[in-house]
Amino acid sequence: MNIVVCVKYVPDAQGDRAFEADHTTDREAVDGLLSELDEYAVEEALKIVEAGEGEVTVLTMGPEDAATAVKKSLQMGADKGVHVLDDAIAGSDSVATSLILAEAIRKIGDVDLVLTGLASTDGVMSVVPAMLAERLGMPQVTFASELTVEDGSVTIRRDNEAFSETVEASLPAVVSVTDQINEPRYPSFKGIMAAKKKPVETWGLADLGVDVAHVGLGASWTMVTDTQARPPREAGQVVTDEGQGGEALAQFLADRRLA
Amino acid sequence: MFELTQDHEEFRQLVREFATGEIAPHVDKWDADAHFPTDLVPKMGELGLFGLNAPEEFGGAGTEHGGFTYTCLAIEELGRIDQSIGITLSAGVGLGINPILSFGTQEQKERYLPDLLAGKALAGFGLTEPDAGSDAAASKTKAVLDDGDWVINGSKAFITNSGTDITSVVTVTARTGQTADGKPEISAIMVPAGTDGFEVEPAYRKLGWHISDTHGLTFADCRVPEDHLLGERGEGFKQFLKTLDDGRIAISALAVGCAQRMLEECTAYSQERTAFGRPIAVNQGVSFQISDLAVMVEAARLLTYKAAWLKDEQEAGRRSVAEVKQAAAVAKLYSTEAAVTSTRIATQVFGGNGFMEEYPVARFYRDSKILEIGEGTSEVQRMVIARGLGLPAR
Repeated sequence: MNIVVCVKYVPDAQGDRAFEADHTTDREAVDGLLSELDEYAVEEALKIVEAGEGEVTVLTMGPEDAATAVKKSLQMGADKGVHVLDDAIAGSDSVATSLILAEAIRKIGDVDLVLTGLASTDGVMSVVPAMLAERLGMPQVTFASELTVEDGSVTIRRDNEAFSETVEASLPAVVSVTDQINEPRYPSFKGIMAAKKKPVETWGLADLGVDVAHVGLGASWTMVTDTQARPPREAGQVVTDEGQGGEALAQFLADRRLA
Repeated sequence: MFELTQDHEEFRQLVREFATGEIAPHVDKWDADAHFPTDLVPKMGELGLFGLNAPEEFGGAGTEHGGFTYTCLAIEELGRIDQSIGITLSAGVGLGINPILSFGTQEQKERYLPDLLAGKALAGFGLTEPDAGSDAAASKTKAVLDDGDWVINGSKAFITNSGTDITSVVTVTARTGQTADGKPEISAIMVPAGTDGFEVEPAYRKLGWHISDTHGLTFADCRVPEDHLLGERGEGFKQFLKTLDDGRIAISALAVGCAQRMLEECTAYSQERTAFGRPIAVNQGVSFQISDLAVMVEAARLLTYKAAWLKDEQEAGRRSVAEVKQAAAVAKLYSTEAAVTSTRIATQVFGGNGFMEEYPVARFYRDSKILEIGEGTSEVQRMVIARGLGLPAR
């Protein structure tokens, strides 16, 4: 079972975000890391391979520092990494992103399963897995909170508010996993040392046969036209319990459709 | 000259993430309940923290060089979140694992090390007695050979990791006879947890280190097979002395974690907290104390990692034991006194809030005092340093 895990290098959610004049993220202004939601995909891939056989390749695209996301995945235990690095990529939206990742997966070749997180923690679009599946001609099975692979198929459980679905697809397939699927491991000391010896390939768009005219800010179908800081939190509402506390609390939740 | 490499820094980052994710959220409750988090130990084991210095044969990292420096980094980073967890690792490795690794037979190593290195078990080392601390030669615990068994009688005090649910063995020093010149012959004997006659007393009520597992131990006609002797008969005291320098450097690393945390806490709090309409950090009475704290952290860190580097170099045969001994005492003395000072400064900067358990500085204030005492008091360090300088002993 050869698995490709798509991982994204994102700005640390703990840090303050800054934007360039074109509303793309100012990557210099904030430290980045492997998107926490992608750690679940890496963990799931490692569990599948550890229980059977095969190889886990982590794939990322992004600026030079995005190599950090690949490295962290290798430290967790992935076997090899691919980093698509090209100045022309900057500003790519999800459509352009899916094009680049799809071509990279084709170039990696011999892939049984493509795993992704449920969304990036910065863009939070959740659409790349579907686009990838379309481009690769693979079934898409998204938001898996449980995953089993056997005999050429993958079966997942998808939890909705009212019910859970069991969905099966033939392999190769693209599967996105939620943060409920597992508990990602920390790298170990040995993992850190072993990662230094694992192969990482860096490819440019030319290596993938992707026309620069189809990617980047200029080629993107969507555009961010404005960014604004979230307004500071307003003071909460204090309810003094004079016998009606429970009722007031229930009303508060009902008003916000939380109950 | 020594330096911390990229590998060291990546490892530090790993331990920091682990400590922030797995320890920080629970530490207030564990401290308030004096709860030893048994489940955390195997997680530390999975990271490889117990085996940084150990060969791969038993599940260690097989680090060819620099293993002790990694251990110190782990202790510092755990200690930055909680001092008790830092000492749990320090004692687990330095007192639990290392004596078995250094002096154990192949059979003893195979029996105990795999679980200890994996964090599935903990081991303790019992030297201190109610009436014998730094003057370890005054130990009263006795062991006599009887029909192929060692029969142990006596008591030990302040033994870390000796009473956890996963403690597998405690090595204790005991008088096993007299040397030719009339001095007590001290040997180290391994006593598996649960052996008849080996009683673990209830946990101490301590000023700090509430999360750490510390007990008094009593031995009443406690019998273990003769092959439970660790190393050579009569070498117990010498063996212990060999662990001392490592232990001092490790405590120094723990102290760096404390002082570093106090620096971070003070830097943040003094900018958030306002008095008379301005952040308190604009007052030099506050900011100068924090500046002093930054200097102490830097100095303590340099002394600690210089000593750790010397220890690793000594292991590789490039430095002398005497050099390590002196550096360890210097680092331990300075760093632990800096740590205690750092918690005094921090509680002062935090004002009334510094006295409240809601804020972490109160816990560090309680936890720091023992640093100046354990693994040789500050006074003992000064004695060691004076001796190292060639000054006449009493």
